[in-house]
Formats: sequence, C-alpha cells, structure tokens
Amino acid sequence: MDYEIIVVGGGHAGIEAAHISAFKGHKTLLVTMNKKNIGDMPCNPSIGGTAKGIIVREIDALGGLMGKIADQSHFQIKMLNNSKGPAVRSLRAQADKVIYPKNMLKTLESTSNLTILEAKVEDLIVENKKVKGIILANNQKITSKIVILTTGTYLKANILIGSENTKGGPHGEDRSNYLSDNLKKYGLEIQRLKTGTPQRIKASSIDFSKMQEEKGDDQLWTFSCDNKATYNPNEQQKCYLLYTNEKTHKIILDNLEKSAMYGGYVTGVGPRYCPSIEDKLVRFKDKKRHQLFLEPESLYYDEWYLQGFSTSMPKDIQEQMVHSLEGLENAVIEKYAYAIEYDAIYPLQIKPSLENKILINLFTAGQINGTSGYEEAAGQGLIAGINASLKLENKEPLILKRNDAYIGVLIDDLVTKGTKEPYRMLTSRAEYRLLLRHDNADLRLREYAQKVGSITNEQYQNYQNKLKNIKKCQEFLINNKLKITPTIKAKFQEQNLTIPLTSMTFLELLKRPEISYAFLKQLIELDFTDEILEEVEIMTKYEGYIKKAYKEVEKMSKLEAKQIPQDIDYQKINNLASEARQKLEQIRPLTIAQATRISGVNPSDISILSIYLKKEYGKNDSK
Amino acid sequence: MEDTIVAISTNNLGIGAINIIRMSGANSLDILTEVFSNKKIKQAKSHTINYGYIVENNQKIDEVLVTIMKAPKTYTKEDIVEINCHGGYAVTNKILELLVCHGARLANPGEFTKRAFLNGRINLLEAESIEDLLTSQTENQSSLAMNHLTGKTTKLITNLREKLVGLLANIEVNIDYPEYQDELQITKENITPILTEIEQELNHIIAEAQNGTLIKNGIKIAIIGKPNVGKSSLLNALLEQEKAIVTDISGTTRDTIEATLVHQGIILNLIDTAGIRKTEDIVEKIGVEKSKKTMKEADITILVLNNNDQITIEEQELLKIIEQKNSIIFINKNDLPSKLEPIITKVPIIYGSALNKISIEKLKDQIIANFGLENINTKNMACLTNTRQITLAKEALKNIKNVIKDNNQDVPIDMLTIELKSAWENLGKIIGEYYEDELIDNIFQRFCLGK
Repeated sequence: MDYEIIVVGGGHAGIEAAHISAFKGHKTLLVTMNKKNIGDMPCNPSIGGTAKGIIVREIDALGGLMGKIADQSHFQIKMLNNSKGPAVRSLRAQADKVIYPKNMLKTLESTSNLTILEAKVEDLIVENKKVKGIILANNQKITSKIVILTTGTYLKANILIGSENTKGGPHGEDRSNYLSDNLKKYGLEIQRLKTGTPQRIKASSIDFSKMQEEKGDDQLWTFSCDNKATYNPNEQQKCYLLYTNEKTHKIILDNLEKSAMYGGYVTGVGPRYCPSIEDKLVRFKDKKRHQLFLEPESLYYDEWYLQGFSTSMPKDIQEQMVHSLEGLENAVIEKYAYAIEYDAIYPLQIKPSLENKILINLFTAGQINGTSGYEEAAGQGLIAGINASLKLENKEPLILKRNDAYIGVLIDDLVTKGTKEPYRMLTSRAEYRLLLRHDNADLRLREYAQKVGSITNEQYQNYQNKLKNIKKCQEFLINNKLKITPTIKAKFQEQNLTIPLTSMTFLELLKRPEISYAFLKQLIELDFTDEILEEVEIMTKYEGYIKKAYKEVEKMSKLEAKQIPQDIDYQKINNLASEARQKLEQIRPLTIAQATRISGVNPSDISILSIYLKKEYGKNDSK
Repeated sequence: MEDTIVAISTNNLGIGAINIIRMSGANSLDILTEVFSNKKIKQAKSHTINYGYIVENNQKIDEVLVTIMKAPKTYTKEDIVEINCHGGYAVTNKILELLVCHGARLANPGEFTKRAFLNGRINLLEAESIEDLLTSQTENQSSLAMNHLTGKTTKLITNLREKLVGLLANIEVNIDYPEYQDELQITKENITPILTEIEQELNHIIAEAQNGTLIKNGIKIAIIGKPNVGKSSLLNALLEQEKAIVTDISGTTRDTIEATLVHQGIILNLIDTAGIRKTEDIVEKIGVEKSKKTMKEADITILVLNNNDQITIEEQELLKIIEQKNSIIFINKNDLPSKLEPIITKVPIIYGSALNKISIEKLKDQIIANFGLENINTKNMACLTNTRQITLAKEALKNIKNVIKDNNQDVPIDMLTIELKSAWENLGKIIGEYYEDELIDNIFQRFCLGK
C-alpha cells in the first residue's frame, strides 16, 4: 500500500479533502495536473457571498482551510444583507487570484503526512467493486485504501466559444480524457454539465469614471473564528457597477444563433442561476438593462473580471458587445468569455457520507458531484476527507443534518434529490436558515469537529471560551437593571427611542427590536467583545423565532430517528406508487425524514412505507 | 396488482327504484362476464351502457343495465363496472353476493376515492369533496361539493398562493442576490398593502367557509323553554310541515341530532328532541343548567315563551343568556290573550302558535336569516367545507397577522419570511399541491440573476 488516501484534483474540494486527511494522521497523496493550479479560482475572484459565506464559516468551524486562507488573501471584504436580519447575513471577500493559491500551496506543503504529485489520472484500480488506487496516464499504478475524486471541470472538458470547440479544461489546461469513461465502465452513471465564465478586461483600457463605485465595509471581518482581522479597511480595493444598454441588447439578439448555446453546439445542462447574458435577454425580454460588475482579479496583474457578462458568443461578437458598454468603449479583452462542458456523476449514486454506492472506498466531492462554486466544493471536500479518514479509523461517518449546517443541506439535497444542473447554494434552500447563521457556525459545529478530530485543541478551546463568555454576558445583562435617570433619559431621546416606563434588566431591554447592543454600550459599561455582544443580542432578540425553529427541527428529528434498514426490499411493499418505489430503490434513504424529501415520494407512500416498517421490523424502526 | 373491489353505491337501499353496484379493479370485467347474460361483454366499447340479465345457474336474477368504463379514464383509473339493478334490497344484495363469490372483495368505506387519490386521478382536496358529495343530502350541499370538483376553491387558494409566492420570491431574491439593485427592494412600507390584501382575502375565505360548514353539516337548533310552554308542539309543527323523516341516529354523532328538516335547501337539525318530549309530560323545574348545556351544542337557540303566562325568574335568566347568543324568541299561543309583559331584547321575536301552525314558516326563515344565509347562492360559492381545510386557512391567516404585527415593529425581513412561508405552505396543504423546490423554481422564473 503506497498511501492510505489518494485525492485526485487540487481544486477547492481536493485541497480540503487532502488537508484534513493528512491532519487526521493519514498518509495522503494529492495528485494534480499542475501544482500552480492548486487553489486556483478559474471563475469569479471572490470567496463567499450569500449562503456561500456561511459555508466558508462552517468549513472553518470544522477545521478546513478556505476561511483561514481567504482571510489572508483578500483586498476587499463586506457583510452582505446586514439590514435584512441575522439569519441571512453573509461575508463576501474579493480574493486575490495570485495570493490565494500561493498561500494555499504554502499551507499544504507544510502539512505533514501530505505529498503532492503532478500527474494525470486516467483510471482507477478496481477489484470486485472495491477501489484500491489510481492509474496514471503513463500507466503507473499507485495504491491506496481510499480514493477521493475531486476532478472539478476537468473530466472530458470542452471549451466553447461560439462554434469553436476545444478539448481542455480552464485556462486551456489539459483535461482527463478517459477517467469518466472508465467510471462508466465500472457502473457509474455520468451526466454532462455546463458552466461559463465572462471576459477579463485590461485595467488600463477601462474608463472607471463612468461607473458606480462599490466599496468594502469599514468594519473589520474575518471568515475564520480563530483569526483576528489584520487588514486595513481603508486600503481596500474598489469594484465597479455598470449596466448593459439597448445597443448591447441589439448586438446580442442580432447574433443569437452564433452563440454556442443557441447555435446548438452545447450538450451540457447549464445552471439557471448562472445564465449567460444571451440567456438573460431571451428569458427576460422586458428588462431594459442588466447589471454588470467589474472586479479586479489580482493586485499582481491588471485583468478585471466582468461579472454578469458570461457568454458563449464568438470572439468578434464579444468585442462588439464589450465595446457597447459605457466605460468599456476602448476596452481590451485579455480573455474571452467561454462556456465549459464537463462530465459529472449523478449524485444519487453517492451516500450521505459522500462515499460511492457502487464502488466501495471511492469518495467524490465538488463539481464531479454536480455542484457549482468554490465554497460548495470545499465544503464537500472537507466532509469527504473527514469521512474517508473515519472509515479508515472504523468510525461512523459525519453526516450533518439540515439543521446543523448549509453543508448538511447541500449534501442532503444532492444525495436525496439529485441535480441535473450545477447546484448552487441559496439561503432559500435551507428551511432552518434562522439556525444556520454566520455568527453561530462555530457554536453549531465545533463539537462535531472535536468528536471527529478535525480541529486542534486550541481551536476547540476558542469555542469553549466563546461559550463561556456568552454565558457570562447573559448573566451580566440579567443581573443589571436599567435605572431611568435623567442622563439615561437623554440618551434615549437623543436616538429617538421610547423610554421604558418601568425599570427592567438590560437583557429585557435588548429584546426590543429597536435596541442594539451598540446602544446598550452607551448606557452601561460592557466588558465583552462585539462578537459576544452580537451573539447575545441575536439570541435574545430573536429568541421566540429561534425556539419555533427548534420546534420544527424536533418534529423532523422524530422522522430523522426512524431509520430504514439498508437491506429493505422495496419490491415487497404493496401499494407503493411505482415512481416512489423506483426512487426509493435508487436513493435508498437512511431515514423516513430523508424519504419525505424525495420528489415523487408522496405522503401516501410514506405512510405505506411506515406501516410496512412497523409490520416487518417492529420495534426496530423507532430506535 | 390491486384486487377488485365492489360495493353498493346508492345509499337509499330498498327505498329507490334503482340501485347501483359499482366494481373497480383489473378483474372487474372478468367477474362481470361470469354473472352476465352477454358473455362477450368484455369486448364492449368503453363508456357504454349494456342491457342484459344477471344470471346464476341459468336462472335470471334481475334485468339490468351495465355501464362499462375501461381504464384509465375512470374514477379510479382502473376498470369500472356499474350495474343498475331494478330490484329492492334482497335482489341487490344477491347480486353483490354473486360478485363477491366470483372474486370481488367488499370495498372499505371510501376505498374507491382512496384509489382515485392513490392512482393520481384526483388531488387531496377533490378526494375530500367527493366524500362530501357521496354523503351530501340536499341540493345545496351537492352543489357546494360540485364546486370543489370544478376546482373553484382550488383556484381561489391558488390565486392567493400566487400572491404570496410572488412576494416571497422577491424577498428571497433581495436576500440571495443583494447586489442586484435593479430588482424591487421589499421594504416595511411596500410590503404592507400586499399583506393587508392577503389578510382580507383570507378573512373572506374563512367567513365563506363557515357558511359552507353550516350548509354541509346543517344548522343545529336547540329548543328551550319551561314545561308546557309548547316545545313539543313546536317541534312537531316544524317537522310535520316539511314531512321530514324523524330519524333516530343517536350514536352516530356526538350531538344527538334527532330530527332533521330542510328549509331553503339548508339542513336544520333539531337537537335534544327526546329531552323536549320527556320534560313536557312531567311537572318539573325548567332546568336552567340543562338548557345551558343544550345551548352549548347548538348553533342557534329558540326560546319558547307562553303568550298567555307571566315571565318566571328562570325565564328571565334564560332571556339574559340568549341575549349573548345566536337565538330567536318564539312567543307561542298568540291566539290566547296576552299576559306577557313587553320584552326588551336585541333577539328577534316571532309571535305564533305551534298548535295552529301560525308563523312556523316565518320562524324557519328567521333561523336562516340569523345566519345571513337567506340570499346565499351556493351554486356560486367557492369555499372550504371541512375542518381540516378551515383549520389550515385559519392557520394561514394567523401567520399573516403575525407578519403584519412584526413588520410594524421593524422586525427584519428574514424573520418575516418564516411566517410568510408557513402561510404559503398552509394554503398549499389545503389544495394538496405543494412541492419542496416550488419557491426556488419561482425565484428563477420570475427574476433574472447570475454571473
């Protein structure tokens, strides 16, 4: 045995998988086609965003790298949705495309138990449906107990610009030609997906004066709950907002059939939430303009990313399109927008642990599982790495529930509903999003992390301290009462706030929607950090809502506890609708709760299934 | 494969001239062939009526018309056979027995509808209203049930959900794509009119639903008054004029409905008739406590007073109680000289005579009028008619009210979405057509987003 775990692919999923496996003490090999592309960001120059920012926090809470490295590598950061409430707040950072991969490689190279190899993987060693290692393009075999595939968009990738169709991955890199065919040979179902990326524009050719500035926050933020912010908020790089216009729209509509999409050159299914600009025009004919953003890719080279303008038009049309935009009349296009098609597996073939159902000891994470986005990939990579390690240690896998983490929602959606388009996380996918907040990621997940051994003692201690301080702060606010003195009265009047009629504890005062902890600080000396105060404020102010959410969770946990034996024969259950029978057979849900989430499985099927379980397995079903 | 079920579909067994036996399942036609005079009946076209005899051992049992309906375009999506037989109880039962002998199974209550539902023929709401249709007793009731089948209620609820999902999708877009400033930003101010509108519509639906329940279940009427005031004669007068059948179905309901009549197409159920008859003969106290108990069960109370008598202390107490309730005062024996002092009350008063049948029609009209149902045209009414639906609608209304309250208190939008979503889901459960990714699908249908 050469290694315990081999990770194929050095993207965001592969990094986390390899790092955590090595961290947990397993001899790990990370195979990448190009070391320079480790931690590469082939699309937008940002980490985080709505829901995704919370995933980064969760990765950090579970011992992953993305948050830590993003904190060291951005030139602008802001909190999104600050005014819309605590449940939907999320960080987004403009990460430097040179610095982020550099810092990532440095971290990986200094991780013990981890070896990095530059090579192309074209096949797996498989014996009796058991994966035992990898086979490189030069036919060299490397053995291992477990293989984790995180191949991103590199499986049989094609780059499409208009009618041009080139074999290759992002940046014109090499692709894996045979791995997906070989997976098919071993019994896996493969699907073809598509995504795209917009133009990169030369900075010196842009007239920024015609665009609206987009700045970072003045307040300091970090993704990692173990880091203190070290950047200067005044030195943040700006982004810019611009719009398409009638001229742009005319160019696109006149040339529609020349695009790869509308010309019929694309076979893959693209995501609804990353439509190309031509898609947007066709689907939303009434919109007079569409928003675009210009974001710097790096402080070390002068290309800007034109967000919102992704297209598969030929190069000459792209020139016309870009030049029709205000401020880009003389723009030089450094890289043309392109669509990319690649092979992925149907995620219904994987278990909630991310191990494959058909091939034992094979785990997959990231775009190969049908997702889109750096954060979604990293989250899965981390879980795949943890569960591969736990398998080697003969321990139960870590399966996060939908009320534990966005990562839990993500994986449950994938393995229960599958996806036929690249899957992106949205806050609206999480039914318990009030519980899955930015601020409490560590509170939700550090106990799990400690249990599976994916964090250091120091990281666990940080969490323990936070818990302790929250409790202290709550006690302090309960034990101290607001006395309504003339000075206090004046403070309320100053802010136009209603003066309480009776004396009350500060915790009661904080319950009021209009009272913030910042205002509390004006009334009484508070010896707690903003992080702690904010946490206490959210817990206090939204207590009613949070309790309600937990009640909902409880209802579901009862169904979550009803396990379905994995050897169940769905053919034996009379009266199941045939669609439900087929879906149940394919997905093999672990619990009744998971079964209720399968589309095509109706409440009547669930009751039939429950009745059958009760009849056949008696007391076992509710253990 | 599902087995074949059979049942007598008409419920006035032995009373009507024709009874219908319905059979559903893959073996329906085979079983029919065994007992039918035309042995080629299996080749008959679907949805045809066929004449013949039910035969056993070459003996004609009955002359019948058989309707053949082949899957899938049938009520259950299975092969259905309906036998219209001419005989009374004995013959109908004989045919049923024969069919069971040849392999059919007696259907459980509601099993046809259950199959229709499980086979995707009807949705949950329709399933419920078919149950209602099958058991409806009066014309108004069945037209109310028909409205469900034509999807009127479904449309009403769907429209309301459409409004809610529009609002929700907009909020979700603001949240998931905060950088898209071109989209309408939902704020405390611009959300208020939409919420108020939804609240009003829900209020309307629930009010109609309560009328619907009255129409479906009938109005429960309590007659109270002291002994010998004429309760029993009034009861008889009410029943006689309609020639209603006095039934004894105690035990089937909790409320001991004992006599039923129909007025203006609405069922009137008289409760505690036994109590009225019993106390009439015995000289005893009026029993205020017992009257209170009876009133609790009733939708409306008729207090009977004697025109030829003074008001007693107990009657004064009852007058006070009914003031707070849906009630009518019937002043009986108005053909005799009045000894009754004037009564000051908001409760409508009818003068009449139970024995001489004076003002009985007027009393019935007043009952209907007390519920504001006099002008109701149930043919155009689209409403929810069972407790489950009404409970869900009320739940949705509660959600909306909470959202309005919280919004006025500046609670952030992410908190508001919780109850907004619940309202939308509750309405979805009424029509039984709601799926998990519905909201996300809506977001991408309605808004243009992405890199």
